[in-house]
Formats: sequence, structure tokens, C-alpha cells
Amino acid sequence: MIERVGAIALNTFREAIRNRILYLLLVFAVTMITFAQVLSLLTVGSEEKIIKDFGLASIDVFGVLTAVFIGIGLVSREIERRTVYTILAKPIHRFEFVLGKFAGLALTLLVNTAVMAAWFFLVLLLKGMFDPRLGLAILLLVFQFLLVTAIAVLFSCLSTPILSSVLTLALYVVGHLLWSFDLLQRRLHSVAATAVCQTLYYLLPNLGNFDIKGEVVHGLAIEPSRIAWAAAYLLLYGAAILAAACAAFERKELQ
Amino acid sequence: MAVLELSGVFKSFRTHLSIRRIQVLRDLSLSVQQGEIFGFIGTNGAGKTTTIKLALSFIFPDRGAVRLFGEDASRTALRRRIGYLPENPYFYDYLTGEEFLDFHARLFGLGVSLRRHRVRELLDRVGLGKRGDRQLRTYSKGMLQRIGLAQALVNDPELVILDEPMSGLDPIGRREVRDIILDLKARGRTVFFSTHILSDTEMICDRVGILVRGSLKAVGTIDDLLAGGDVPFWEVTLRGAPEDRLPCGRVVSRRLDQLLIRVDTQADVHRLLASLDGTASVISVVPARQSLEDLFIRESRHD
Repeated sequence: MIERVGAIALNTFREAIRNRILYLLLVFAVTMITFAQVLSLLTVGSEEKIIKDFGLASIDVFGVLTAVFIGIGLVSREIERRTVYTILAKPIHRFEFVLGKFAGLALTLLVNTAVMAAWFFLVLLLKGMFDPRLGLAILLLVFQFLLVTAIAVLFSCLSTPILSSVLTLALYVVGHLLWSFDLLQRRLHSVAATAVCQTLYYLLPNLGNFDIKGEVVHGLAIEPSRIAWAAAYLLLYGAAILAAACAAFERKELQ
Repeated sequence: MAVLELSGVFKSFRTHLSIRRIQVLRDLSLSVQQGEIFGFIGTNGAGKTTTIKLALSFIFPDRGAVRLFGEDASRTALRRRIGYLPENPYFYDYLTGEEFLDFHARLFGLGVSLRRHRVRELLDRVGLGKRGDRQLRTYSKGMLQRIGLAQALVNDPELVILDEPMSGLDPIGRREVRDIILDLKARGRTVFFSTHILSDTEMICDRVGILVRGSLKAVGTIDDLLAGGDVPFWEVTLRGAPEDRLPCGRVVSRRLDQLLIRVDTQADVHRLLASLDGTASVISVVPARQSLEDLFIRESRHD
């Protein structure tokens, strides 16, 4: 099983690194990280905080865009372009195919983030602003990318690339605003409305769990339990999403 | 032993956004025996590709059973013994021919050295020996068909399922595919292929099945199927016969003193020949043998 998943993953990685979109996004990210220095001169406030905040935000946005734009096409495009047929005619389980696709994109994102982080750190080192806790913030961003990738793969198993990308991006935005459901719930008086808010709060991916940018940039303390919770959340939520993707693909009619 | 067997298979699809279902296969039963070349012929939309997709469990029957090597076709492990070439194959065009074959060989868990050997051998076998290092995006349609055939053979399968392997190929390409199919049979493999190119089928198939709008209309050896049909007419060629005094038949063409006459029944052939005097000679009497094409058109119209 490992071998087959590995073969699919390697091929997915190969496809991604030969995709021009990846490089375009990477160039944008590197440009934005560099541009933060110019921006810090134009705005009021600490130069260091702005450079760090802007850099982390760039890695966040471009990582998610990579996960979405490459992730959503992973399964549905294989069906659309009929490349999936020669693979599934081989002794490979459908869930192995889905897991391989996920692993391949995860590998792409790791490499992608490593390049962005290396550039970011280089800029900071040159300015004497490097802080090792930034690595922690980036690690949690990687956790977030992995979860977004799993969501993209799930949608990709269920619908068309365009719809998948819209839905995944929507979930990413909602996932960062989930605290508002909690807030809303406390202000609502109807029992039904509270129940709906509460269900959505627990059901939708809470990407706030992976966001420690503010704490790192402003030098606030970060509890180790926060990192552990983020890792556990990724494992549980990510596994559930991937299981749903595998189940959806298992009985899908590949017409 | 039946290598591929469908019994009482029904399959329907729902069209986009519609609740109405389109019945694609109706009570299809079919069995492909070990070691034979089976040609599955039918017009576009007859249900050939649907049948193949059912055999590979890409889709699932509404009713009926699909079996491979006597076992339920949905068992993943059975695909170790199968090779498959899809219709109009699209492949990862960013891969080179070698990478593409290596990737498919990996899915069978073949080791590095065996993979390398197998890839080389297959590239030579399909006539792409020198093009293996080029990306598939630079391949012509015929080359893609050949690399597709090579990936179908990467595991040295017992059953090879080919969906329209000849379509889009020039006569040389068609002959090459034909030779590969015959070579597979010589190696004791079973080949099941769909096509609407009948001349190829007639030449290489042990048995054929004719699918018309989702139902199997005829199945058997080519000789059996064609012998069953009546001779629709005879062509009689005469030299020096007087055209204005022929008792029956219709003159189709004249060349020098020769006449080609089309006669509808055997009795008329006898009448015609008996009417000749000493000045005329008979060059040939040929019953118009039914071709697979005639049979195919007749079966398609019957429906």
C-alpha cells in the first residue's frame, strides 16, 4: 500500500512542480515578503512588526492559494481528463489513490513553504530581526495548509474544479471567522438559532487554531498546549475529512 | 474458462440535472474465453465503453453480475492480471514516455531493475524505443496510442482490454496494433477489444459480439455469423453474350466484350447460363459473400 500511495504522491508532486501556477504564486510570495520592507517605511508603527506580520501573512495567503488551486484539480481533473482510468485499472484501491493525491500535494506545500520561509528568514537575518518563534508560527501555517488541502481534496472528489475552489476558499475564510459564531451564539435568544450556531461552530474547520501570528509578532507568550491542540486538531479533523473524501470516491461512478 | 463474463447486466445513467435515466445496457450477457481475441463491435453510443468500464469497476451495474476470472470484478487484486487501454487516452503530458511507463509499473510494486528492463522492452515493442525520453505533450496521436498500449502491457497481463485501439490511427499504425494483438494471442493471452473498424475485426478476431443500442444482437465466430446469412445476389461475368437476349439479370458494367451481370437468385443463374449459345463463354459466377459489415448493418437496422 505504501508503495502505491508513494507512486501516486510522487507523480502528483512531479505534476505540481511542473505547473506554472506554483512558480507564479511563489514569485508573488517572495515579492510580497520583500515588499514588506518598503511598506514598513510608509506606515506608522514598528518596522519590525510590520515586516514580520506582512511576511507571515504572505506565506499564509500564498500557501492557501497553492493548496486550493492545485488541490481542487487533483481528483476532478484526473476524471475530467480521463487520466484516472489507466491508474484505477491497476491493482490500486481508490482510497490509496485519494491518499496519494493528498500526500503529493502535502509534499508540494512543504517544499513551497520551505522556500518562502527560507527567503523570509534571510530577509529578517539581514535586518537583524530574526526570531526563532517565527518558525513555530510557520509550522502552524503548514498544519493549516494540510487541513485546507484535505478539504480541497474532499471537494475535488465531490464536484467540479471551479465549484471546489470557491467552496474551499469560502471555508478558509469562514474557518478564520469562526469565533464570530461563538460570539453570535451568546447574543442570540432563540434556542434553535443557538443550536445552529453551536453546530456550525464545532462542525466547520476552526482555522483560528493555527493562527499564532499575532502572539509571535507582538512577542506574547505561547502555551505549549496551544501547539499540541493545533496538532491534535489537524490529526482528528484532517483524518475525518480524508476519510470522507475516500468514502465519496469509493462509490463514485467514473463515467 | 471464462476470463470475462457479464450476465444479465443492466446499466442506466442519469443525464445532467435530469431525473430521467437513459438505459445504456439491456440484459447484456457475454463471455470471453481464455486465449481468444474477442472483437466487440457496435456503433458510437451502443454501450461498448460502458461495458468495458463495468468490467473494470469504474462504474457499477444496476442489475446483473460482472465477473473476471470467475470472481467478482470489483476485487482490486484481480487487476493485477489485467491490462487496459482507454478510448482516446489522455495521459500526463508533463511526463516523458519512460517516466509514464515507470509510474504505471510502480503501481504493480515492480522493483527498480525489473521496471527499467520492462520499460525498455515495451518501448521497443511498441516502436517508441528512441522517443522514451520525450515528454508526452510532444507525441503524435499515434504515438500516444502506442504508449497507452505499452502501459496496458506493463504487468504482462493475462487479459488485455482495449477500448477502440485502432481509432485515430493511420493504416500503418493500425497494422502495428493488429500485430501486437496477434502477438498477445500467440503468447496465450486473451484480448477483448471494442471497435467500429470492421475490416480489422474480420481479420484477427476469433469471435465477435455485435452490440446494438445496449443489447447483444449476435455473437460467435466470424464464419458462423457470416454463414448464417443468405447470399443476397450473384455476379456473373460473361464474354461474347448478346446483351439484348439475356433472360434475366441486370447488366452492371460492360468492358470490351465482357458483361458483368447481377442476378438475384440461384435459379436465375441457371436460367442465364442455360440460355447461352456456343459463342458466349462464362468467365466467373461469384456469390456475393456477406461481409461483417453487411451483417453489422443488417443487425443494426433490425433493431
